[in-house]
Amino acid sequence: MDSGPILRAVDLCKDFGGIRAVDRVSFELQKGETLGIIGPNGSGKSTLINLITGFVKPSGGRIFYQGRDITGIAPHKAVMLGMARSFQMPRPFYNMPAYKNLVIPLFSPRTRRLKGGRYGDRDEVAIHLLEDMGFERDSNVPYQPAGVLPHGYVKRLELARCLALEPDLVILDELFSGMSMSEVAGVLPLIERIADEGKTLIMVEHRLRELFRVVDRVIVLNFGRKIAEGAPDVVMANPEVKESYLGSEVEFSA
Amino acid sequence: MNEAGYRRERLDRGIKVRTDDIFALSSYREILYLTLPRLAAIAALLVFPLLKGVTGIYWQNVVLTACTIALLALSWDLLHSVGLVSLGQAIFFGAGAYATGFFSQHFGWPPLVTIPLATAVGAIFCTVLLYPVLRLRGIYFALITFAMPLLLTRVIEATKILGGNVGMSGLPPLSDTPLDLYLIITVMLICVFGFRRLFDTDYGLVLKAIRENDRSVMAAGFDLQWYRTQAVFIAAIPGAFAGAFLTHYYQFAGLPAFSIEYSILPLASAIVGGPGSFSGVALGAFMLVPLSEALRSFGNLRVVIYSIVVVVFIVILPEGVFNYLQRKYYQIERLVPMEEGGNGQRANIAGS
Amino acid sequence: MWVAPPLKGGSNKIMGSDALIYSVLIYGLVNGAVIMLTSLGFSLTFGLSGVANLAHGGIYLLSGCLAWILLNTLGLPFLPAAVITMVLAGLLGAGVYWLVLQRVRGLALSEMIVTFTIGIGILEFLRWAGFVTYDFNLPVIIKGSLTIAGVIVDYQRLLVIGVGVLIAVLLWFFSHHTKIGLALRGMAQDEYTALSVGIDSDWAAALSMALGHMIVAMAAIMILPLGLISINVGYDVLTMVLAVTILGGLESTAGLTLASLILGYATAATGMYLNPQWTQVVYLAAIVLVLALRPSGLLGKFKELEERV
Ligand SMILES: Nc1ncnc2c1ncn2[C@@H]1O[C@H](COP(=O)(O)OP(=O)(O)OP(=O)(O)O)[C@@H](O)[C@H]1O
Ligand SMILES: [Mg+2]
Repeated sequence: MDSGPILRAVDLCKDFGGIRAVDRVSFELQKGETLGIIGPNGSGKSTLINLITGFVKPSGGRIFYQGRDITGIAPHKAVMLGMARSFQMPRPFYNMPAYKNLVIPLFSPRTRRLKGGRYGDRDEVAIHLLEDMGFERDSNVPYQPAGVLPHGYVKRLELARCLALEPDLVILDELFSGMSMSEVAGVLPLIERIADEGKTLIMVEHRLRELFRVVDRVIVLNFGRKIAEGAPDVVMANPEVKESYLGSEVEFSA
Repeated sequence: MNEAGYRRERLDRGIKVRTDDIFALSSYREILYLTLPRLAAIAALLVFPLLKGVTGIYWQNVVLTACTIALLALSWDLLHSVGLVSLGQAIFFGAGAYATGFFSQHFGWPPLVTIPLATAVGAIFCTVLLYPVLRLRGIYFALITFAMPLLLTRVIEATKILGGNVGMSGLPPLSDTPLDLYLIITVMLICVFGFRRLFDTDYGLVLKAIRENDRSVMAAGFDLQWYRTQAVFIAAIPGAFAGAFLTHYYQFAGLPAFSIEYSILPLASAIVGGPGSFSGVALGAFMLVPLSEALRSFGNLRVVIYSIVVVVFIVILPEGVFNYLQRKYYQIERLVPMEEGGNGQRANIAGS
Repeated sequence: MWVAPPLKGGSNKIMGSDALIYSVLIYGLVNGAVIMLTSLGFSLTFGLSGVANLAHGGIYLLSGCLAWILLNTLGLPFLPAAVITMVLAGLLGAGVYWLVLQRVRGLALSEMIVTFTIGIGILEFLRWAGFVTYDFNLPVIIKGSLTIAGVIVDYQRLLVIGVGVLIAVLLWFFSHHTKIGLALRGMAQDEYTALSVGIDSDWAAALSMALGHMIVAMAAIMILPLGLISINVGYDVLTMVLAVTILGGLESTAGLTLASLILGYATAATGMYLNPQWTQVVYLAAIVLVLALRPSGLLGKFKELEERV
């Protein structure tokens, strides 16, 4: 079980009414690997993530996690198994202070089980974690309601929310979108650290330059189908990939 | 503007300082200012039952009713805090009422046994009844809570179980009025402060979070349906207790227990008092019930009045009376002597 | 109420079992049409603007009373009275939206509380105003009846079936094949996108409320002649809508039709074989069964919206 892939998708499909958002996508992911998923807008990247994490039920195909069939699993069970995901459009708990947002995942059944019951003061742990994410501890940013945080902080809060769950597999959906260059530069080391810690990582991203610094391998989706897979430079040389990106404003250079 | 040697300070300064960033200990005087209204209310409630000679039976009755409605309103507010709108608090009330009626009529057990038992049984019954709908979107919960009391009424009428149309009368009474009243007042206070404590814990934080954004709660690994079920169960307890209690007070359990009044009056109390603040919700009940009793001769028109009150409050003062009053109270300024030279920060605040 | 079978108590002893089956077959269809017609307005408003108009039962009865007043107190002929009632109901819907709902738009919980209390307010007001005695009933549109397979069916009931089917088809066409209908449905699913393509969501929602109310008023005028105007009818309407939506889902016309037919036959059968009183038990049983076995409804559609993450 340990030697096999941590995640394996076989012929995953999802139909929304008439549209086929994900069309027979298969891939494997080894433990500790970092995978990028790219593709033009509406190509089904987020839907693929939703299928893996149980937020959307597949119309066809299977998903295996650590050798277990988890097709159609409930989202909270996926978290129990060690998957944590961020959302493309983060919706924090706007009325709660930023650090209280993290108390929720810290209170989650998964973290409680890992730590063996209650541990420490969750507020304190939350503030530590936020500090790790670049929230200045001595300022009042961690204490402000999440609703008034600037976008960059919201995204980092979203990342912190995932990490608070102590996941084995981290799935980030367009974490960098809407962040400034300097904010991305601040977050990149955090993500590299996740990868270095041996966690498995999936990143959906439009900002390829930054993505390619982190990931070993990429999958390219177009109209829900996987059109290429492999090392970043190899994939980007693929004519079909170039074709699918033609006309969109995404930068190519890796 | 300031008198010499004094400066003005808002009553909530202690709170502001504590919640903003630094954890400042407030003086006993600050604590007193902040808890004064609360203590006064509790004291008034505890003294009231002794004043039967002064107030007369009418007002004792009003307070007792207000407490039961407050319990139903607290139950409503707890559900509301989890993002569930209950349009039929009467199911909790009716479940408790019928359960206690059944136990005392069939087994002849005394109220001291049947009331706790009926509270538990009624709460479990409601939870089981509502469990399946908790998986669906919020509107289904609202619809089903609305329809359940009506349906249960019709079912009892049609099947003639549990006394059918007639109900169960001649149930044993509780005791003398002061003890009745103390029981319900105590239970209500326990609920008000207990719920507040509950929502200050991390568990309560999760419950609140479900209302704000259930997607993120799911993504944090919580089983939404299970947590909502727990919330429904907790909320059903005071509701069923209210029903069981009032049943023995009136010595009757019957179809009126499912009447619309037990649904809309708690809802109106919560909206008027201030949804989200448990003390406010109780306050709302203590405002509306006396009004409702005074208007008893108007019959059904009372329900129309509650409806208008609810709509007006939702549109004009959605925060409710309690939060409004609390804000105003904290904004009262008191004069504090300025320390000479000493504590720099205080002098600074005063200066600015 | 309207579900009462043509022959009162003990009918099964008088009628042969064949006739009984035929009358269940026919009255099931009638009941189904009644249930569908009553639920259509609710489902329309919800589908087009996402507002769960829990004032539905109140509006239903209010329309009935309005029509009664126009006909009896003012002595208007039927057609103008019906039209005026529908227009007034529609205006009321738009008015409720502009005055109240607009201010709590987006707060789903407050929306429900507001519409619920408005509905209760209307119903209890009517009760207080005295619409509870037995002299309140609306005239049937066409008198007379027809015998089909030994079962007597009056024309009014046939008319209800016809109108129900017609309106269902029209609405389905409107929301699936006309520009404005599609736009409205899009808005219910994704308000921001709708705003960005230039749909004024306030107007759209007010329109959907008005349309929903008009259909409710029409349902009231068609169906109330089959029985008496009583306050309980207003409450029963919402119970029925609940049963239909739990069974068939809120948005899909197909689900609504199917659920109405199932409930129609179930109520007709219990009404004939047992006792009309038991129809409410049927609703309860249907709701509980579906929730326990298939919470997402018969066609399993109405959870789809939830999945947009
Ligand atoms: N819940 C849903 N209901 C209906 N259609 C949906 C739903 N979710 C996604 N879709 C459709 O599925 C397709 C794929 O969407 P998806 O969000 O997966 O794309 P994406 O690759 O993440 O795009 P982007 O880069 O813009 O985030 C789109 O056409 C979208 O409109
Ligand atoms: Mg996406």
